[in-house]
Amino acid sequence: MAPTAIRDYGDRAVLIECDCTAEVLDLAAVIERARLPEVLDIVPAARTVLVTLAGPAAQQLVRDLLHRIEVTPHAAKAEPGTPEVVIDVTYDGPDLAEVADRLGTGPGQVVEAHTARPWRVGFGGFAPGFAYLIDGDPRLRVPRRDEPRTRVPAGSVGLAGEFSGIYPRESPGGWQLIGRTDAALWDPGRARPALLRPGMWVRFRALPGPR
Amino acid sequence: MTTLEVLRTGPLALVEDLGRPGLANIGVTDSGAADRRSHRLANRLVANPAELATVEITMGGFAARVHGDGVEIAVTGADAQPAVDGIPFGINGVHRVRPGGVITFGTPRSGVRSYLAVRGGIAVAPVLGSRSHDTLSGLGPPPLRPGDLVDVGPPAGGFPELEQAPVPAIAAGTVTLRVIPGPRDDWLAEPGALVDTDWLTSPRSDRVGVRLTGPPLRLRWPQRQLPSEGAVRGAIQVPPGGQPVILGADHPVTGGYPVVGVLRDADTDAIAQLRPGQPVRLRWGRPRNAPHGPRDW
Repeated sequence: MAPTAIRDYGDRAVLIECDCTAEVLDLAAVIERARLPEVLDIVPAARTVLVTLAGPAAQQLVRDLLHRIEVTPHAAKAEPGTPEVVIDVTYDGPDLAEVADRLGTGPGQVVEAHTARPWRVGFGGFAPGFAYLIDGDPRLRVPRRDEPRTRVPAGSVGLAGEFSGIYPRESPGGWQLIGRTDAALWDPGRARPALLRPGMWVRFRALPGPR
Repeated sequence: MTTLEVLRTGPLALVEDLGRPGLANIGVTDSGAADRRSHRLANRLVANPAELATVEITMGGFAARVHGDGVEIAVTGADAQPAVDGIPFGINGVHRVRPGGVITFGTPRSGVRSYLAVRGGIAVAPVLGSRSHDTLSGLGPPPLRPGDLVDVGPPAGGFPELEQAPVPAIAAGTVTLRVIPGPRDDWLAEPGALVDTDWLTSPRSDRVGVRLTGPPLRLRWPQRQLPSEGAVRGAIQVPPGGQPVILGADHPVTGGYPVVGVLRDADTDAIAQLRPGQPVRLRWGRPRNAPHGPRDW
């Protein structure tokens, strides 16, 4: 399969559209491995891969090369033995009850669904160290809050659409907050500043606490 | 060795270089000098490699004393009447400062950001490979403050070969920027309105984005939401309110508002010099709906 919808994004980037996040990650992995000339950065997101270039002169060439690239399904699936990160969470988030209501279940079942199977780190984007986690329990789909919060504390664990995520630092945000963690998601002083990096698998573990 | 002692900063003085590209997958944006052309020229004038750090001075007001060895400096970008010990030396040229000399900046009459390059570069500790301050995430060296002592690096091999660079003055009137249509120009009810409107630069503009004000653009599907997608400097986002935002150096890695056009790369530096209230015209830099398919060989 070769990508079809490739759009110019200004004169030094191209945007490729995909049908789902799994396809985005496969495509991003294949582009990464192809080591195309003049590529500065590869930015996967929910349905698109943005490829930024060193300059306008490379746009035609890279667009042509991308039209020829073969995307192998599961190119981005993590290898067995990928380090698994365990995140301890106190599930007392301000939106936990509402999320449970929306899903027609109880808070305990939401926690169970969130912790029962591992999540895969898909891509970053919102802030340094923020990871969009995918491949979790498909029942946990809730929309963003209608009114974003002006202040979400660091370590808040949230849900939005098909994703789960953890706020690396205090910031505004619209995700449904179900819990909190003390894990250090981001530390620019570390050799690897982001705790969660694309392709890693993450397991949430419930700490005893108020529910 | 040379050290700069910061005496005054003006509204904002940041250490910037060419940023930290390639880290989008951990949520880190490019950042770097807002007006890269002026940054590069300042470095070239003092025989620095382009990637060495300069001081990005917003709306003048900066002052620093030179300690240790004397050093060559150059100022580019907005003309804030730089002077040494009270004697103006003019922008876009190289100037030698003796030990103890005090560099001062006034207020620019046009433009916003001036770049002060020192031979050897500003040698603060890099963070993730760059000495740029990212105003959105706070990464990199913090904004300069009065009293800071800033080391200057050892001079690179070459010697300044250019006394004065011919640079057109920064426009105070209407600025015209060329826009490549898309990728989401079809989200506008009338895409032509983007280039037919007389826009004004909003005072709520910064390194993250320059906001334009004018008659609101109408979205074709006001209720529809776009999943977030990757963004670049120069991308023109249209939020539901219809007032476009041109993303700057410290833009978020991804954005959720439709990007209806992207400035030509050559025009992105100009937005760093737009003043509040300054008029902006946008022009298509390429025809709309140009074919994007593979080229026939």
